[in-house]
Amino acid sequence: MLAIPRWKFWTIITVCFLGMLFALPNLLTQKSLEHLPHWMRNTVNLGLELRGGSHLQLEVDLNAVAKEYLTNLLDETRASFRKQQIGYSGLSVDTKTKTPTLNFTLRNPEDGDKAKKVLKTIDPHLDVNIEGVMVHATLSAETLEQRNKAIIEQSIEVVRRRVDESGTKEPIIQRQGDDRIIVQLPGVDDPAEVKALIGRTAKMSFRLVDGNAPPVPVTPGSSRPVAPLGSDYLTETRGTGEEAYIAVKKQVMVSGETLIDAQATFNQNGQPAVSLKFNSIGARKFAEMSAQNLKKQFAIVLDDKVISAPVFQDIIHDGNGQISGHFTVKEANELSLLLRAGALPAPLKVIEERTVGPSLGADSIHDGQRATILAFIMVSVFMFLSYSVFGLFADIALIFNLILLFAGLSILQATLTLPGIAGIALTIGMAVDANVLIYERIKEELRAGARPALAIDSGYRRAMTTIIDSNLTTLFGAAVLFEFGTGPIRGFAVTLALGILISLFTALSLTRLIITSWMRRRKVTELPI
Amino acid sequence: MRRFRLHLVPYNTNINFVGMRFITFTIASIVIIASVLSMSFKGLNYGIDFKGGYIFEVRMPEVPNISELRDKLSSLHLGEVALQQFGADKDILIKVEKQENEETSQEVAIRKVKETLGANVDYRKVETVGPKVGSELVKNGVKAVGFALIAMLIYIAVRFEWQFAACAIMALTHDCVAILGLFSIFPLEFNETAIIATLITAGYSINDTIVIFDRIRENIKKYKKMALSELINKSLNETLSRTTLTATTTLLALLALYFFGGKVISTFSLPIIVGILVGSFSSIFLASPLLLYLNLKRIDLAKEDKISQEATV
Repeated sequence: MLAIPRWKFWTIITVCFLGMLFALPNLLTQKSLEHLPHWMRNTVNLGLELRGGSHLQLEVDLNAVAKEYLTNLLDETRASFRKQQIGYSGLSVDTKTKTPTLNFTLRNPEDGDKAKKVLKTIDPHLDVNIEGVMVHATLSAETLEQRNKAIIEQSIEVVRRRVDESGTKEPIIQRQGDDRIIVQLPGVDDPAEVKALIGRTAKMSFRLVDGNAPPVPVTPGSSRPVAPLGSDYLTETRGTGEEAYIAVKKQVMVSGETLIDAQATFNQNGQPAVSLKFNSIGARKFAEMSAQNLKKQFAIVLDDKVISAPVFQDIIHDGNGQISGHFTVKEANELSLLLRAGALPAPLKVIEERTVGPSLGADSIHDGQRATILAFIMVSVFMFLSYSVFGLFADIALIFNLILLFAGLSILQATLTLPGIAGIALTIGMAVDANVLIYERIKEELRAGARPALAIDSGYRRAMTTIIDSNLTTLFGAAVLFEFGTGPIRGFAVTLALGILISLFTALSLTRLIITSWMRRRKVTELPI
Repeated sequence: MRRFRLHLVPYNTNINFVGMRFITFTIASIVIIASVLSMSFKGLNYGIDFKGGYIFEVRMPEVPNISELRDKLSSLHLGEVALQQFGADKDILIKVEKQENEETSQEVAIRKVKETLGANVDYRKVETVGPKVGSELVKNGVKAVGFALIAMLIYIAVRFEWQFAACAIMALTHDCVAILGLFSIFPLEFNETAIIATLITAGYSINDTIVIFDRIRENIKKYKKMALSELINKSLNETLSRTTLTATTTLLALLALYFFGGKVISTFSLPIIVGILVGSFSSIFLASPLLLYLNLKRIDLAKEDKISQEATV
């Protein structure tokens, strides 16, 4: 009656053995791990709060990109309207709406269809809304979604390249939600430098200086002068540290996207400089630009600031160039790194930052281990006192419970956090519940006069419904938490679900196996429970 | 094998739990009213996870003069600055309110605090959270918890009867409100881990309730003529030993966490300790006696018989 089928017996043994096998790597050092086969190398990752490091959450300013795009359409819109003789006023881009909108008012309400047609030829992806004389144009939701997705992906790529170049080991960079990027930097205890690197857009362009508008020195309280149509006044920092507004044509002659390499170097005067190498398209464009504008001034613009405004002395054929702004060596290094890694397609903002120093991490691990071990000892002793030999069986099941939990977390390569450690210790307390339920049932059966073997069998059978109902309810809860929760709540849901499944296995199968073998060896007539 | 055996609860108890319902319902009502009042007037003591702001956990080179340091930091005009000893003598925790202007002043605030503390300071933890992150956390957390409750409700309604589900959820709501009340009344900091602590409490409580309900369901089939109140009492007494034992093992583990787990784990486990007690209370004294009032049709449960038979096989 108590016998366990052969296949069941071996399945239980195999699961326990595999559990030990997969939990084992967590006890090994990094060095000995390398001797193991690849599939066994998975361990539980320590969260940053335990190993020390920096966690950054970045927000990608998607609206800025849409705004820039629409703003770039303004000139073309004006020109087309003039050609089509459509009267309008108040043409501008509004950023206060959920997504940026291009707005204007028609002089003549009958021009609505015509204006719509013009806008659609400029960009077919525009959604044009006409309310009387008011016209609102936005990028269609579909286009926006597509573009935003590409922007996020590209941003992640650029951030990854920049972080890699900065020499941080094992960074984790991943998307979070619709417009967020998570960057985790183990071992970094002052993220200021990395933040400075990540935060810069590093969009570079080569444009002509507008010779018709003279530079204006920046004085305290002065505002940016109004530039002629097609040009912008941008700030330039001169060698002496003073700043000036310099008029630069809007048209980009060569863009930074055509760069293939950038290195920090020194110019012929021994000052720090950055050498550039363009790809074939960039090189051709650069040659054209220099040939058509010999002896004219051009501007190297980085993130809307002029870093240098030299004059074309010769035609540049080979696609090699050098910028000597007024850099320090560090700035030259940083700029070359940023140019190599490429420009961010959208501005990034750090909205969350958590840094844990190595000393706190070590303390937390130490305290967490101590508490877990103590929890285990106290619960084990209590179980023994309450159920004697059967308590010991439950304790063995508890040990395997922990082993399997670690194995599961290793296979999932879950990240262990501080609440995670607490969760494991708590599992110790709660995992014995299934055993308590079974043992209490067995006791009831014994009191009702059942023989040991029968009592055990029906104890297990009758506790089963209860165990399944109570655990399934919690399991459903955990599944929902995983689906809708974020971050730590999700992590908690995984640990909880894993804990439930494992305690079901250990209580229902493993202890039963142990009890059956024990019964067979000692022909007990009375259960010491 | 006849040795000392610990019996927390004798096996043949006959406590009239249901008879105490007017006392226990009153206690529960007082707890709920107090919690709701405290939450609506005092609110929760949100940590920077929710509000946005800065936390510095610092180990100073020598035991610092807290009040002097507090004055120095207050003179930086960074808004509200809270300073407290944290764990060891040399460890302090500094909390700074979020700054009005975004990025630039964030950097400035961190730099100013670091300058004031001087060199030779071990920065054990530095956290900056933008307010937007916080409000999203609340929204997502509440949504996740809400859906989880609904899922459990549906499961109980399917496996038992809707009356059981209703009582379980009432008890569960009582637990959650009581825990939130605890956070509000004794202002404990409410942060991300506090949500998880509440979830653990809820999970434990629902588990506990279902074990008892399961026994009630079983006894309803067994004793078709017994009065419902007597039957509930019998079921509660039969499961009392298990309820106490599991609560004890869980509390033992939690006490280990509370006393030896270090500062963060310790603050995390305190509300759970209270939660386990509250959860056990509500399973016995609220969820079960409440069944009396919901017009439980005992014939309906007879057909459930088949389902549970199947599950038992």
